[in-house]
Amino acid sequence: MNSALEGIRIADFSQFWAGPYAVTLLTYMGAEAIKIESTKRHDGTRDISMTTGRRYAGLESSLPFAEICANRLNVALDITKPKGAELAKRIVQVSDIVVQNFTPGTMDRLGLGYEDLKEIKPDIIYLSSSAVGTTGPERNYRGFAPLFCNQSGASHITGYADGEPVTMGGKIDILSAMTSAFAILAALNHRQKTGEGQHIDVSSTESISALIGDVFMDYTMNARSQTRKGNRDNIMAPHNCYRCKGEDKWISIAISNDDEWRAFVDAIGNPEWAKDGRLSDAYSRKANEEELDRLISGWTINHTHYEAMEILQKAGVAAMPSFSSVELLSDPHFKARERAVELEHPVIGKITMLTPPWKLSETPARVSSPASLLGQHNSYVFGELLGMSQEEIKALAEEQVIY
Amino acid sequence: MADKALEGVKVLEYASFVTGPYCSKLLADLGAEVIKIERPGGGDEARCRGPFLNDIPHPERSGLFLYLNTNKLGITLDPETQTGKKIFLELLKWADILIEDKPPREMEGIGLTYDKLKEINPQLIMTSITPFGQFGPYQDYKAYNLNIPHGAGGGYLTPGGSPNAEREPLKGGGFFDDHIAGLSAATVTVIAFYHRIKTGSGQHVDVSKQEALMALNRTEITNYPNMDTIATRVVGSSALGRRPPPCQNGYVQIAALLDWHWVSFKEFMGNPRWAQDTKFDTLDGRSEYGNEMNDNIEEWTRGHTKEEIFHGLQGRGVPTAMICNAAEVMSSPQYEERGFFVEVEHPEMGKVVCPRGLGILSRTPWALEHPAPLLGQHNREVYTRLLGYTREDMVRMREAGVI
Repeated sequence: MNSALEGIRIADFSQFWAGPYAVTLLTYMGAEAIKIESTKRHDGTRDISMTTGRRYAGLESSLPFAEICANRLNVALDITKPKGAELAKRIVQVSDIVVQNFTPGTMDRLGLGYEDLKEIKPDIIYLSSSAVGTTGPERNYRGFAPLFCNQSGASHITGYADGEPVTMGGKIDILSAMTSAFAILAALNHRQKTGEGQHIDVSSTESISALIGDVFMDYTMNARSQTRKGNRDNIMAPHNCYRCKGEDKWISIAISNDDEWRAFVDAIGNPEWAKDGRLSDAYSRKANEEELDRLISGWTINHTHYEAMEILQKAGVAAMPSFSSVELLSDPHFKARERAVELEHPVIGKITMLTPPWKLSETPARVSSPASLLGQHNSYVFGELLGMSQEEIKALAEEQVIY
Repeated sequence: MADKALEGVKVLEYASFVTGPYCSKLLADLGAEVIKIERPGGGDEARCRGPFLNDIPHPERSGLFLYLNTNKLGITLDPETQTGKKIFLELLKWADILIEDKPPREMEGIGLTYDKLKEINPQLIMTSITPFGQFGPYQDYKAYNLNIPHGAGGGYLTPGGSPNAEREPLKGGGFFDDHIAGLSAATVTVIAFYHRIKTGSGQHVDVSKQEALMALNRTEITNYPNMDTIATRVVGSSALGRRPPPCQNGYVQIAALLDWHWVSFKEFMGNPRWAQDTKFDTLDGRSEYGNEMNDNIEEWTRGHTKEEIFHGLQGRGVPTAMICNAAEVMSSPQYEERGFFVEVEHPEMGKVVCPRGLGILSRTPWALEHPAPLLGQHNREVYTRLLGYTREDMVRMREAGVI
């Protein structure tokens, strides 16, 4: 079968989520990635979840690692040793893309910065992902997912109107990774036309700010710093999550115009309260939304969220349950679109993973294996790809350059 | 002038509001030539949504529309009329990529399915962005910005760290979630375009917003089959804290997960007596006694400003963030030095400031060539210069409501 990125190789020096998942997105489309770690400096996701504090036994039992670092080869190479850095350069020489997300300056100190690697591979596309970018007064500040979200402005606008800001977790890294993958692809298109590589400097924090552009526009245009408003919208009402029959079951309902409102009222059986003039147009509904929400909950609480969804969608009203993960996995739509796949991990055993989020007609996106074990592909990469002899590899292993 | 990564890529946008327009904006900002189709009369829905300059609603003064449509050409056209459809197909011959966000049934109804379109332009890449994708039981379901994150399982997990499930699950703030799906669509579109450069082959790309958002919570969604636990927004004791601790002038978040972070953090607090308890010395202890620890931390944070805590702890290498609102992000020296906010000269609004978006690409930087188009601003350029219609034709088409 066709792969869109067949023949593209990535030298992946990255760790945790923001760097690695960018690589994963490219491997979905057929790029070959080699993850470069060492026993001494292995990917932190093997040990600990930085968002929950959960720790994992040994180096090969972390489920997030198995998922986030899927689809790639793995070599154990100590790049802090000069001989290790030399070998890393040889991997880069046969690669198209470098991805790294160390604290800015780290790769330069190891002789593996963009300027160093450009010397040996002039058309390399080199992506540096960091908390706030490789330039600027705060470039050495440290951060991970929730912190990027906080600094970006997104936490401040997410949450209950009367509650604290919401600091989102790992998904923020995934968003930063999506931004990185997009930038790499754009650079790859440029290279295809011109033969030129380049350095890409992604700030995770900026990549989150980019997703709330209108919030900044409001500040520049009206000097207003928007704040939290739960599920609510500035003009639409109803626009909320309503409790349904069962434990912690909810349905989200959003109505944008009078036609949808009339369809909604019909679908729920034309209750007396819906005839109230105070709910007859969009403006009045918004003005009276506290009460409206209470009245709608009186209907939803007598239905399961699936029932409510079916009744309302049939009437052309936007209504979706707030699905739990377990519900999603058994949802008919999820299944029809083959959103999960079971794969075998050499240590963990069977792992269920989500499939890539895109359906392409000619070059399908695929996830074929969970993360590899540390050093699993040493002999392929050093032997076959770089053409080193068994003796050379053995000697370097004795020096603990290769593990 | 600097090179552009996507120079020469021709994109036709038949999309409205946030997700589709954000997808093609990302392409336009890197140099793709995007022709945006808006319906005659009202145009894109984002024109009717704020923020408006000085809070005065006006279709040419929406900050949301401006942010989402930079660097595009804008025309008015109604492909649902016979002549409109004919012109649409002429534009389609010109295009490399079509970005559309109409319900599958609607595109079928006006005869604009991928199978039909590829007869006219065999190399076409058609990216279809819909709430639930092109096939599956929910393919015709309606969903707004609210319904997607709930239908994707992310809402159920938000706000993380809730003490119980009494309150409703939440969406992301503003149009955060809609932008995410646009970023996902842009990424896969550039991949498909790269494939086309190499092979000449076009394809249909099916982007489901639900799936784009599901990918963010990929590790939580698979918790149940993999670990027999169900991810919820209710989180017990955690080293990271239940919520961002309040301080004198807002909120901070401190992620002292590693042991040396904890030591530095204690020192910075002046080694208070409670923190001397050895039960806090390990991550496991800090997780187990997380509530007690965080109560104490909160007492300390309340006595300080967020700036003191942020710069003080970051200076000691402890990952720390301030929760920033729009005003604070816009005055951040870090953002300032990296030029994240740029000035745009708009014919109706004058000078306004707008986020740059995207990481920094050294050789093909982000560039603002022109602000968002006025409604039908480029009709003449596109209809006469590109498609060869006369000015008289244009008058007749306008009278017929086609453009």
